[in-house]
Amino acid sequence: MITNHLNIFLIFLSALLVNNILLIRFIGLCSFFGVSQKSESSLGMGAAVIFVMVFSSSVTWLIYHFLLIPFHLEYLRTLSFILVIAALVQLAERFIRKYNPTLYQALGIYLPLITTNCAILAAAFLGIDYHLSFLQNLIYALGVSLGYLLAIVLFSSIRERIVSAPIPQAFKGVPIAFLTAGLMSLAFLGFKGLFGL
Amino acid sequence: MKKGTEVFVNGIFRENPILVLLLGLCPVLAVSTSAGDALGMGIAFSFVLLFSNVIISLLRKFIPHHIRIPVFIVVIATFVTIIDYLVAGYSPELHRNLGVFIPLIVVNCIVLGRAEAFACKNNLFLSVIDALGMGIGFTIIIVLLAVIRELLGAGSIFGKMIMPQNYQPLIIMILPPGAFIIMAFLIALQNKLIKK
Repeated sequence: MITNHLNIFLIFLSALLVNNILLIRFIGLCSFFGVSQKSESSLGMGAAVIFVMVFSSSVTWLIYHFLLIPFHLEYLRTLSFILVIAALVQLAERFIRKYNPTLYQALGIYLPLITTNCAILAAAFLGIDYHLSFLQNLIYALGVSLGYLLAIVLFSSIRERIVSAPIPQAFKGVPIAFLTAGLMSLAFLGFKGLFGL
Repeated sequence: MKKGTEVFVNGIFRENPILVLLLGLCPVLAVSTSAGDALGMGIAFSFVLLFSNVIISLLRKFIPHHIRIPVFIVVIATFVTIIDYLVAGYSPELHRNLGVFIPLIVVNCIVLGRAEAFACKNNLFLSVIDALGMGIGFTIIIVLLAVIRELLGAGSIFGKMIMPQNYQPLIIMILPPGAFIIMAFLIALQNKLIKK
């Protein structure tokens, strides 16, 4: 039982820091660069990702293990997952529009774009590729999405300050954002030493 | 015919999906650790883009406007599943290296973006040309990035040693940060060239 708890803790830490979905795995980068101009909107995006990711990867885990495997339909994995996620995003969109219109305004175009946010789909795939149990999968999705939130909020706070820094003309805008991400990625690489996985 | 050439060149240079539109970055950064994998990714990506453009362009008069996005996604997901199984069958090693990034083509913004912005409004011929231009534009950049990273990080190109024996590889270049840094320089270079 103790090893089981430790295992879950390791899954969480690994998803959150060591294999950070944005900076180490390079998944979900479109929104990482697109929505990180202001720290408020990146916070909103991170929150939306947590909500959708935990929900969708639990649903897709159930679908995969109780529908696709018993009927030998594993080849429908990609197709069914993306449809489930698209439906869940619609749901989340309506939910946020009704209960938090300010947040809805701030997220703007990026909320529907969560459908094509690779991070959501990737978390669902990875949970299955790693043969996680339902509980482990839940913790994994939570870790991945919190890692997303952490990275994008840190990144947008740095970007807000970079605007006023003297930067060579050619590097203004996107290139300096990439360099910043590179340095952050270097820092996150340091977490590899946390435990020998 | 003239329009066809224009569409083709657009995809490679003026509207290059990666450098200019900054779409579909994930596979570009993640799979560009070696030139061989990058080429495989470029081909898989172009395959999906080509066939989804063809089907969507053929069906463009029959797809109801309101549900077009789900229809596009189903078409794209079908071809992604096909290429996933083809790669797994013919090149298991490539399949292992590309990993989750093959199924992730389904949410690649470029593929959906071309379906929405081009294939559902243009005829079959132009859609094929558009897919080829965009596919080649994508492949050029991902292979270019991979060649630079592999050369600096491992001293080789396509697995063949290029650098002299005593070259100390800059391992950082094949680790994740290297992708961001090289990409920053590529975009900065392109900004510089466009300004002139």
